[in-house]
Amino acid sequence: MKVGIIRFPGSNCDEDAYHAVVDHLGAQAVFLWHKDHDLQGADLVILPGGFSYGDYLRAGAIARFSPIMREVVAHAERGAPVLAICNGFQIACEAGLLPGALLRNAQLRFVCEQVHLRVESIATRFSARYHIGQVIRIPVAHGDGRYTADGDTIARLEGEGRVVFRYVDAAGHVTHEANPNASLRNIAGIVNERGNVLGMMPHPERATDVRLGSADGLPLLHSIADALLTEVNA
Amino acid sequence: MTTTVQPRPGDPEITPALIKEHGITPGEYERVVAMLGRTPTLTEVGIVSALWSEHCSYKHSRPLLRTLPTEAPWVLQGPGENAGVIAVKDGLAVAFKIESHNHPSAVEPYQGAATGVGGILRDVFTMGARPVALLNSLRFGPLSSSRVRYLFAGVVKGIGDYGNCVGVPTVGGEVVFDPSYEGNPLVNAMCVGVLREEELIRAVAEGVGNPIIAVGARTGRDGIHGASFASEDLSEASEAKRPRVQVGDPFTEKLLLEASLELIKSGHIVAIQDMGAAGLTSSSAEMAARGDVGVTIDVTKVPVRESGMTPYEILLSESQERMLVVAHKGREDAVREILERWDLEAAVIGEVIAEPVYRVTEGDRVVAEFPGTRLVTDCPTYTIEKRESTALAAARALDPHGVTPLAEEADPIWTLERLLSSPTIASKAWVWRQYDSMVRTSTIVGPGSDAAVIRLRGTDAGVAMCIDGNGRYVALDPLVGGRIAVCEAARNVACAGARPRAITNNLNFGNPTKPEVYFQLANAVAGMGEACRVLETPVTGGNVSLYNENPQGAIHPTPTVGMVGVLDSLDHVTPTAFQRAGDQIVLLGDNTAELGASEYLQRIHGLTIGAPPSCDPAAERRLIDALLDAIASGLVRSAHDCSDGGLAVALAEKSVVRRDQPFGFAVDLTAWADLPLRALLFGEAQGRVVTTTSDADALLALMQRHGVPAQVIGEVTDASSGIEFVIGAVSARSALEPLARAFHDTIPGIMDGGSPAELAVATSHAPTTD
Repeated sequence: MKVGIIRFPGSNCDEDAYHAVVDHLGAQAVFLWHKDHDLQGADLVILPGGFSYGDYLRAGAIARFSPIMREVVAHAERGAPVLAICNGFQIACEAGLLPGALLRNAQLRFVCEQVHLRVESIATRFSARYHIGQVIRIPVAHGDGRYTADGDTIARLEGEGRVVFRYVDAAGHVTHEANPNASLRNIAGIVNERGNVLGMMPHPERATDVRLGSADGLPLLHSIADALLTEVNA
Repeated sequence: MTTTVQPRPGDPEITPALIKEHGITPGEYERVVAMLGRTPTLTEVGIVSALWSEHCSYKHSRPLLRTLPTEAPWVLQGPGENAGVIAVKDGLAVAFKIESHNHPSAVEPYQGAATGVGGILRDVFTMGARPVALLNSLRFGPLSSSRVRYLFAGVVKGIGDYGNCVGVPTVGGEVVFDPSYEGNPLVNAMCVGVLREEELIRAVAEGVGNPIIAVGARTGRDGIHGASFASEDLSEASEAKRPRVQVGDPFTEKLLLEASLELIKSGHIVAIQDMGAAGLTSSSAEMAARGDVGVTIDVTKVPVRESGMTPYEILLSESQERMLVVAHKGREDAVREILERWDLEAAVIGEVIAEPVYRVTEGDRVVAEFPGTRLVTDCPTYTIEKRESTALAAARALDPHGVTPLAEEADPIWTLERLLSSPTIASKAWVWRQYDSMVRTSTIVGPGSDAAVIRLRGTDAGVAMCIDGNGRYVALDPLVGGRIAVCEAARNVACAGARPRAITNNLNFGNPTKPEVYFQLANAVAGMGEACRVLETPVTGGNVSLYNENPQGAIHPTPTVGMVGVLDSLDHVTPTAFQRAGDQIVLLGDNTAELGASEYLQRIHGLTIGAPPSCDPAAERRLIDALLDAIASGLVRSAHDCSDGGLAVALAEKSVVRRDQPFGFAVDLTAWADLPLRALLFGEAQGRVVTTTSDADALLALMQRHGVPAQVIGEVTDASSGIEFVIGAVSARSALEPLARAFHDTIPGIMDGGSPAELAVATSHAPTTD
């Protein structure tokens, strides 16, 4: 598997994604510069966290117009996988790859901490290595992570099993206190209709080493690698 | 081109009033005239006022700073550069430095703090180091004041927004609340960066004909005279100087960071320096002075944000996110290419010249010219008469044991709970949840521990770091307080499992021209120097922030110490919290009857009195050596130093600091039953560490070999057992939950509109101002 990590000028989780993929998954990774037009044959594209172009206007609002994004959209339209983390999730929503939007956290403050997520669907190429209802620990670090969408969209996401991760407490219960940003229905991660684009505010790439507090993000990366391997073999 | 310096048309006449307005003394003005052999122009007056400001020149502190130890075999770069550098392992080194942004934060907390972070990041990456961690040391007045809550929230948000965006984790620090900081908060920011030894670059201008290039953001009218503003007392008029506070742009900083590191690696450049305090003026003059070369700069070549800027404004602007670079001649285009890749501008604005002058031109007109490097070297230094404040000497002489206990103190648990809910001691999670402490995926120990630990990727080594300082101790005895600041920081780093290696310090004091303040400054520096020598932790740089006074008076003299330590193996990382029920609790060091200058006296009785605890750096050294030996031998499961609130608070913190994983404890302190109870439980005797172990016999034997007093005082229990103290006939018990609530819920309760009762409890001894 070859992973292409998009590098916007203000990306700052690009290297973390690189180390997660190369050091912990053992896959190959390349950085893809925002001004370029070439995905260099990447099987998986990661839109990493950070502040793409400063995000003074609205998170991800400018990044969607960058040259490389045209290629990322085409990659997604081909059905190839895109993992959009944090700022990447915001950019994916702005670019129309995913429905909904990310608003300022309800407390109007940046929040960085380990949170508990419940795996809501394992029928995606991003989550097959988990089991349904599994509670995992993954950190969040964002100021604009409050997921929202119109009622119809939410109904479709829920109805089609496209909510992949939800904020819960340690016991797996969906509570107000467990929701770090007041996202609608405690939604932490969703996939698009076709199931090849995952957007999530928590950082799985920061949870790939128990020494850093958790390795619960690794099965996510392994799930993607499994799915790609299956495709090749099919 | 004419080479004589002449006033620009429209320049005001140079009068004594104008000189005074620029903060230049009559004596200093005479020196300037003697140096130039003529009357200076307005531009020259502006340049001198900036470079000879306290902030840039250290004129009241330099003679004192010279007494500090600065050398050790591992020190690669000591004071005088943008940041200090020490060798770590396998060719890796760390650069680190602390800097204050007190004055700007007092009038504009968000931007003041944010630009403080920006400045310290630039100091570190201009050494060729990639910033990997930020820390900060903050002081505010009591949270009962709405103004203080505004300052506190604004500073925290400013620090967070800046560091989070640039992508450097904020991993630790300290926040202290005390009435003395009411009108004058302290904001000290520290940055640690990692580099390969061979990539170290210094800000020394060299090579006649080499171009001088302005890089990064354009120059605007913001922050003009920021350095001089930071060199005078705060007053009612300070509000009006809000425009002297700069505005930060962390996105541009991120670009500048990447571009600068690329430039340094490229080999195209000779030197690089942040245009920080006093902007273009100080960066160009300091680089020239270090290289003992001449420079000439044409202000019309500097990219500006607005038209009509005078040379004076361009030279003194403190617009943020700018760098000054000396490149190799002929590599200008290569430099420009790297910057353009990051969408940044680069403009050649001058060159290194053979003629020994510091010259500024505006096109063909020479607007300022100083001989040689005398602009930097001729700044006078001052040594002031020292005299201890009689009020503080009297406060020190008061006997803390004579303070009548409150009726409630009959139950030590009541006192313990009050201390745990003191905002100075209580959990600062409300603060550091707003900081991205994990980006770069190298944070092994983040905020909320004795010291933070960052791993060095590609090695098994780690770097531990912390900031410490206690203004109350220094106020009551500057010499002892200075010693303690260094020793406590070293102890904290050792508790995390690291060998303390070097410090950077920030001296936050009042107006140094007052003999009482100079006494504090001189003695605190002496105490720090003593401790640094014994602990072999030289000073590699730092910052001095004086004139921290406002109409209500001066702050507590507050030197803060940023300590960096090295772990040869990450296996030595040692947590603060209890780890396992059944472990023995072993106290290293000894309890004493000392109670003076304690958080107990401040919190419970509203008093800043008595002598601070004594501090013996040699004993601290033995303790640290022994602790590190024990950790390396695998004998220590957790370690936490005793500081604010004493032994009882240290034990309680080890119990509840991890709210998701609490433990109880049962301790028997009967061996010290003859000490006054409050001194035993809440006194702040130095040189103590509370450890836990599964092999107490081996730990005690090891301590004995090192000559460090140690005693088993109890054991870790399940959370459901709560806590228990037995001291002879006295015993006290409590469930954990009330203590956990006191520790964890106090600051969120105050800041997020908790119950008025909580607010009243947290602030009952504080003067209210609103």
